[in-house]
Amino acid sequence: MEEKKSASFIGLDQRKFTRKPNKKSVDYRHELFELEEQGELEVIRVPEPYVEVTTKFGRTKKIPLQGGWHHKSCGQCGHIPGYPTSIFWLHRQFNLDYFDPKDQTSCTAWNYYASSASNVPAQAAIAVRNFAQAKVDGYFPYIHCGTSYGHYKETREQLLHYPELRKQVRTIMDKLGLPFAFPEEIVHYSEWLHVMRHKIAERKVLDLSNITVTVHPACHYHKLVPEDVIYDDDYFNGQRTPVMTAIADVLGANVADYSTWHDCCGFGFRHILVSREFSRSFAATRKIERMKDEANPDLLLTQDTGCLTTLDKSQFAAKAHKCNVGLPVMSDVQFAALAMGAHPYKVCQLHWHGVDHKPLLEKMGIDADKAWAEFEESLGPIKSGQKQFLTWEDV
Amino acid sequence: MARSIYRDRKYKDVPYEVKLDLFNQVKQDIRWKDFMKGCFECGVCVGACPTARFCDFSPRVITQTMSREDVDTFYELMNDMIWDCSQCFSSTRCPRKNSPGGIVTIMREVAVKNGLESAKDALKTYSRIIYKVMSTGTQVAPDMLQPDFFPDWGPNVKVVAENLDVWRRAIPPDTLHTTELAWDVSDKTKFQLYMIFKLTGNLELIEQVDEGIYDILGETIEELMDEYGVEADEVENILEEN
Repeated sequence: MEEKKSASFIGLDQRKFTRKPNKKSVDYRHELFELEEQGELEVIRVPEPYVEVTTKFGRTKKIPLQGGWHHKSCGQCGHIPGYPTSIFWLHRQFNLDYFDPKDQTSCTAWNYYASSASNVPAQAAIAVRNFAQAKVDGYFPYIHCGTSYGHYKETREQLLHYPELRKQVRTIMDKLGLPFAFPEEIVHYSEWLHVMRHKIAERKVLDLSNITVTVHPACHYHKLVPEDVIYDDDYFNGQRTPVMTAIADVLGANVADYSTWHDCCGFGFRHILVSREFSRSFAATRKIERMKDEANPDLLLTQDTGCLTTLDKSQFAAKAHKCNVGLPVMSDVQFAALAMGAHPYKVCQLHWHGVDHKPLLEKMGIDADKAWAEFEESLGPIKSGQKQFLTWEDV
Repeated sequence: MARSIYRDRKYKDVPYEVKLDLFNQVKQDIRWKDFMKGCFECGVCVGACPTARFCDFSPRVITQTMSREDVDTFYELMNDMIWDCSQCFSSTRCPRKNSPGGIVTIMREVAVKNGLESAKDALKTYSRIIYKVMSTGTQVAPDMLQPDFFPDWGPNVKVVAENLDVWRRAIPPDTLHTTELAWDVSDKTKFQLYMIFKLTGNLELIEQVDEGIYDILGETIEELMDEYGVEADEVENILEEN
């Protein structure tokens, strides 16, 4: 197969990939629907309209365009609030129906991978309780966090293959008065963004042709149960997931390659909280410095909670070691929202990020000082007590 | 005493039978047969592993040890090496379809369940996070961004902490106007989460890690369950019933 290349992929012309024939993976949906027929569980169908995409081993996956029950992320909502806000803002711009539930808990997988202070039945029951609530609310779960996405895929495999676990979870759901529900597809928000990319590009208001980005994919997105992950022969000759790269590409930015693309960010779950010297060192030397040395990008895009936190926050201390750092980090969805004219502070909430992003905004054609002044002005009514909160109407 | 692979072994050796019991607990986990297929020592997992670049850690040693059923070395890894794993699952690219990261997850779970001192040490400064996620249903909260806890994250953390209340109220989605939780979780949902913890023995698991956190958590859980007319002590662990 002839390698398909975009002129905007800086560096990729130095690499040759040969696509191997697709390995047919088992389509878990047959098992899921079979269990439904046997009355063991209820499958939450992907609502229409949806877009069909190809996954790593050739299975067709349905990505719904709207009707999402937004399964939020602890780290995104807590420390990077521009992440969920940008997702919701984009839905609102396209008048797409969505639901932002309060009847949602964390998947608790960050804690589980950090401490293992839990067990398989508890983890599965937490997943199914969230999915059951989505079914009760009449929406389809969209997963914001890469780790939730990975963990729920693992949970799906376990529920399908361990009857004893299904029995335990069913007992718990019965006691909670909720159905045993599981979605037809596990969908990550960046997959929704991926299938929306052309519509977003049609409405972009910024010229991003002078912006070079590098991309860091989340390990729990593309390494943990990789069968669900989108792969596309038009990007990387089908050898890497196109998610994030494709949206940056269609928005007109240049996507640069670097040698440690497959490396993790150094988050480590417990490491980021209690062994931070590991996270800092890995993020700074294996990721940021490599990108800076090899591609000198303006921006690093990522798709997960831990990755964004680690890659952004680890750069401050690395400066003391004279590391080549100073690379703004944001999610693909914040970048897409900015491209469509979202306010960098009222919507994208970039003031929560550590690395100085103002030179980047200026290069993107956004007056950062003016935007900050507008944001500060909008805080006035809150500070004076005139308003308790800002709403969507205010932004 | 069994010979140690570590020059600076920090934990007490125990009789072989104790180690064997722990080893068997790992092997009895329902995931074991899917995570451990057998190792032909190619080293692909080590090449992919981020931790191996910075720590005395090797996913291959984990897999080989378990494959060989080397119970003495298993006990050493369980007290030391497993806590260095990043749980990124880069090692799942194993051509034999092993999951060294998954084996580590099981080993950690058994270490916690059995109250190993090394597990308590590994989670000593982490247990407040366990309290946060188990009591609120969200793992991290905006008010955790404190300069004293994250001095290495730069001056922005201080700025966020100083403006936290106003900045949170300036975020448009109304679920995010919180400072102690990542988002506003309803009491009904927290109650259901507590029920899951009780029904799966998760609360009792925390007692093995940190008795102080267990006591505070127990009170928080009991209080809300009371409001829903459920006596926490009367909720039985369904896993024990089975």
